[in-house]
Amino acid sequence: MATCPECEGAINLKDDVQQGEIVVCGDCGVDLEVISITPTITLALAPQEAEDWGE
Amino acid sequence: MKIGVILSRVRVEEKWLFEALDKRGLDYDRLDDREIKFNFAVPDEWKKYDVVLERSLSFGRGLYACKVLNSLGVPTVNMATVGEICGDKLSTTAMLHQCNVPQPNVRLAFTPESALAAIEEMGYPVVLKPVVGSWGRLVSKINDRESAEAILEHREVLGNYQQQIFYIQEYVKKPGRDIRAFVVGDETIAAIYRTSSHWITNTARGGVGTNCPVTPDLNKICVEAAHAVGSGVLAVDVLEDEDRGFLINEINHTMEFHSSVPATGIDIPGKVIEYVVKVGSK
Repeated sequence: MATCPECEGAINLKDDVQQGEIVVCGDCGVDLEVISITPTITLALAPQEAEDWGE
Repeated sequence: MKIGVILSRVRVEEKWLFEALDKRGLDYDRLDDREIKFNFAVPDEWKKYDVVLERSLSFGRGLYACKVLNSLGVPTVNMATVGEICGDKLSTTAMLHQCNVPQPNVRLAFTPESALAAIEEMGYPVVLKPVVGSWGRLVSKINDRESAEAILEHREVLGNYQQQIFYIQEYVKKPGRDIRAFVVGDETIAAIYRTSSHWITNTARGGVGTNCPVTPDLNKICVEAAHAVGSGVLAVDVLEDEDRGFLINEINHTMEFHSSVPATGIDIPGKVIEYVVKVGSK
């Protein structure tokens, strides 16, 4: 269980969640990045899509 | 063997690539492109890698990281020269032309006036694309002169200098779908049809992927296209024209494949990692 830094909503994460993964807050819909897994799960607002992002 | 993986985010693709690395017992480091620093005076911290897989979301970061690594003698998948060509639609067009690989007609102009003249010569509709960009961003189908004038004016006033390089492509009347083919080295390992009611069929824009058989003809043109841009791990976008057959639309050098693995049943991440190992073993 983690907390959304934007709305403080509770977020359930899968057991195999990885650092660097993007999750969506079910309450406010914001994209969050998993910053760390241990010792505790930390989430931060994910970077905005940049102009040169893509394949 | 020591492998580096440069990435921005852990998407489904990266998870599958890590699984493929783990499954083979390979030693690798995850290298977040927001944290890495290069110092040409201290090359050993990078020369420890036999090969680096570049999975950056950012074209600029990925390209320049590969340029540095290649200059230090570290091979990358893909090599910087390949990213440089594939990341720029005009460079891709030029290389395809040089290698006689079939593609839609393209015109290039540098001012709104000359672009309008080029569009009128081609006849409507045409597709105006930014030379650098992905996921179908700012790709415009222009159906008539009024639309052309409006879009060209917007580009001139609102765009950066790259938006004022006018890459104009013939609109190919495709049958509600195009083909995304995956080329690894000298083989087309899988392909999907991307179907959409919208003329933009990117899966990032809602196109639906289903398996496309890799026929000898499809394999041939896709491998030729990959060779034209320098080879590696590439996603080749192919249009089907009623008269001319397959035409190469674009080539992507840091491909996404989350919808293609379930559609084709092909272990694309596994094949990518096997290729990375091959490059690192040379």
